[in-house]
Amino acid sequence: MHAQSMHFKPRAAKALANETLQSNLEKFNSTGFTALRAKAVAEFGPELFEKLRGEGAAIRDRGLASLDAWIERFEAEATRRGATVLFAETREEACELLLEVCRRHGVKKAIKSKSMLSEEAGVNEALEAAGVTPVETDLGEYILQLAGEPPSHIIAPALHKNKSEVADLFAAKHRAPRKTDIPLMTREAREVLRGHFLSADLGLSGGNFLVAETGSGVIVTNEGNGRMVTTLPRVHVCMTGIEKVIPTLEDFSILLRLLTRSATGQPISNYVSLFTGPRGRDDRDGPEHMVFILIDAGRTGLLGGAMQEMLRCIRCGACMNHCPVYRAVGGHSYGWVYPGPMGSVLTPSYLGLENALDLPQAATLCGACSVACPVKIPLPELLRSLREEQVERGLRPRRERLAIRVWSWVAQRPRLYALATALAARFLRLLGGRNGMIATLPFGGEWTRERFFPAPTSWRTFRALYAARPKRLRRTR
Amino acid sequence: MTEFYTTVRNGRCRARSLACYDFFMRVGLFVTCLVDLMRPSIGLAALKLLEDAGCEVVVPAAQTCCGQPGWNSGDRESARALAEKLIGEFEECRYVVVPSGSCAGMIRTHFPEVFENEPEMLARVKRLGERTYELTEFLTKVAKPAGVSAGFNVTVTYHDSCSGLRELGVKAHPRQLLAKVPGLKLVEMEECETCCGFGGTFSIKYGDISSAMAEKKCAHIQASGAQAVVLGDLGCMLNIEGRLRRRGDTKTRVLHVAEVLAGER
Repeated sequence: MHAQSMHFKPRAAKALANETLQSNLEKFNSTGFTALRAKAVAEFGPELFEKLRGEGAAIRDRGLASLDAWIERFEAEATRRGATVLFAETREEACELLLEVCRRHGVKKAIKSKSMLSEEAGVNEALEAAGVTPVETDLGEYILQLAGEPPSHIIAPALHKNKSEVADLFAAKHRAPRKTDIPLMTREAREVLRGHFLSADLGLSGGNFLVAETGSGVIVTNEGNGRMVTTLPRVHVCMTGIEKVIPTLEDFSILLRLLTRSATGQPISNYVSLFTGPRGRDDRDGPEHMVFILIDAGRTGLLGGAMQEMLRCIRCGACMNHCPVYRAVGGHSYGWVYPGPMGSVLTPSYLGLENALDLPQAATLCGACSVACPVKIPLPELLRSLREEQVERGLRPRRERLAIRVWSWVAQRPRLYALATALAARFLRLLGGRNGMIATLPFGGEWTRERFFPAPTSWRTFRALYAARPKRLRRTR
Repeated sequence: MTEFYTTVRNGRCRARSLACYDFFMRVGLFVTCLVDLMRPSIGLAALKLLEDAGCEVVVPAAQTCCGQPGWNSGDRESARALAEKLIGEFEECRYVVVPSGSCAGMIRTHFPEVFENEPEMLARVKRLGERTYELTEFLTKVAKPAGVSAGFNVTVTYHDSCSGLRELGVKAHPRQLLAKVPGLKLVEMEECETCCGFGGTFSIKYGDISSAMAEKKCAHIQASGAQAVVLGDLGCMLNIEGRLRRRGDTKTRVLHVAEVLAGER
C-alpha cells in the first residue's frame, strides 16, 4: 500500500471538513465498540479483567523474549504436520513467495479473508499484476475492494461508509436494483461471493496467532468467510507477521478472552478457527496444501529496542476506538495501513520516522489507549519516545525546538521568568479586552482559528500577589 | 517543642526526623506556570484550602515550570534541567501539593522516567514523588479539612482531566469534596473522561483537531444542563472556556475545583 503517512495534517483537515464522514464517525463513536467493550469488561469483572490484561502482557513478553526459539518450534511442528513454512524478510519478498505458490499450483483466483498484513504487503496489487484475481470475502473488505479504497479501521475496515453509500456502490457494481435493507444487501453480496468461494484455487488468510507447540494458525472472525477461505480451495496460504507466534494453546486461550472482549465486546467471536496442517487422510475437508508465510518487514528491528512493547499488539483495535483523535479524524488521515495510536507507533517504526513526522505528535497523550489496551502497551510513552528521537535526529522544525529551549532557559532563571510573566500577564490581558477573550493569539494562530484564548484573569501573576501578602503570612522556604 | 519548631523553620531537620514534618503538615505548594500567569485566583484558593486544613504552606519563590512542555516535546535535556530545579526547591517539604493533575503527574509519574539512567537522582525523585499530591487528592487522603466553604447554589458537571484521572487515579476525590459544598448539585455529563483536546503543544500544532475535540466536549457540557463545568487542570480550562465562548456560550462558567471549594468564584 502506497504510504501517505507524511500528509497527516492535510488529510485530517479534509476529514474534519467532510460532513458525511463526520456523521459516520459520530455514529461509530456513539454506538460503537467502546460501549460494547465496557459492557463486556463489566460482565467479566473489572478486577479480573485487569488481572487478565497483566497475564496477556506477560504472555506476549515471554513469547517475544525468545521469539527466535518459538518461531523454530512453530516451523518444526507445522512442518511435521504437513504444512510448509516460508519466511520473508520484506513485504516484497512476501508477495514473491505468494506468487511462487500461485505459479506452482496454477492459481487463477484467490479468495481472501481479512488480513491487515496483506494490506501492508500490497498483496492484491501484486496478485493482479501477476494475473491472479484476488477476491475479498470479508464484507467490509469486499465493499472496499469494490470502492477501491483502503480500510480505515483494523477490524471494521469500512466504518467510514454508511448504508446509503454502500447501497449506491452495490447497485453500481452488482448491476442490481438498489437495496437499503441490510439483510438484503448482505444476501446480495453473499450470492456474488458464493461463486467465488466455489471457483477459487487458493485461499489467503491472515493469522491472529500462530501457536508454536502445535504448529497451528488461528483466525478469529465473525462472518464465517474465514472458515471457507481456509478450508474450501485446494491451497491455503496463511500470511502473518513473525511476532504473532505465541508459545502454547493455553496462552492462546487467555489472549482470545482478551482479544474479542477488547475488540467488539464479545465474550468470544462467532468463529474461532485453528488450522493445523493440510487435509489429512481421514479428513472430509480442508486444503490439499497449506503454506505459512511469516513476514518480518521491520519487526525484528523493534526487538530489543525502545519500541519492543509494541510487538505485543494483538490487533484488537481498542486503542483507536478509544482515541479521541482517531474518533475525530478517522483512519484514512493516518495515511498507511495501521491507524490510531498503534498506527502512530507502527508506521514510523516500519516506514521510518522521517516518513511519518506528524504521527507521534498528533496525540494529546491522554492515555485512553493504554488503559484500554488488552496487553498493556504503554502507547503514550512510546509516542513520547518517538518524539524524543525526532528531536535527537533533528526532524522537528527549528522554530519549535528553539521555542522549547527558550522557555526552558527562561524558566531556569526565576527573576527573568518573573519579569517575563509579569509583562506577559499585562500584555495578554490587554489583548483580551473587555470580555477577557483573545481572538487572535500571537504565535499561536492555530489555537484561535476556532477558539478564543482566555486572557489572564488578573493584571498580576500569582507570585506577585503572593509577594504582596503581609510578611507573616508568607513562607517561601 | 520550641526547639523542634525552630529546627523545622530553619529547614535543617530534613534527615533527622520526618515525624516533625508530619506534626506541622509542612506543605510545599507548586502553583504551576499556567496558574501563576493565567489564573492566579486558583493559586490563592489552593493556598486558602491548605491553610484552612491546618497546613503550614510554603511557596518557594523561585518555582517556575515542572518541565512538562519539554518532556512531551521530546526535549529531555530541557525537561531534566527544570525537573532538577523543582526537586531542589521542594525536597525539604513534607508534602508537595499541586492544583493540577498533569503537573502532579509529571512529578510523580514522569520524573522517574526523566532520570531513569541516574540512580542517585532517581532515588531522590522517587522519594519526592511519593509525597506529591494533586490538590483534591491531598485534601481527601491527607489533610482532610473539617469544614467546607460557604454554599454555592449551582448545578455543575465535572470534567476529568486525562493525567489526573489516568496517571494519578483522581476520580472520586474532587467529587467527594464537591458533595460537601452546600447547595451544589453535581450532574455527570456524557464522556466526562474523554480528553478535551488540549494536549499541551498539540493544541497549537493541530489547532483544527484540537478544536474539534473541544467542540465535542462543549456539546456534552451543554447537554448536561449544568451552569458550570468544574475541573482540575488549567490546560483543559483554557481550552474549554475558549471554545465555549467562541461558540457563543457566555453563560456556562468554567471553574477550577479549588475556586469552588474555597468559595472564591
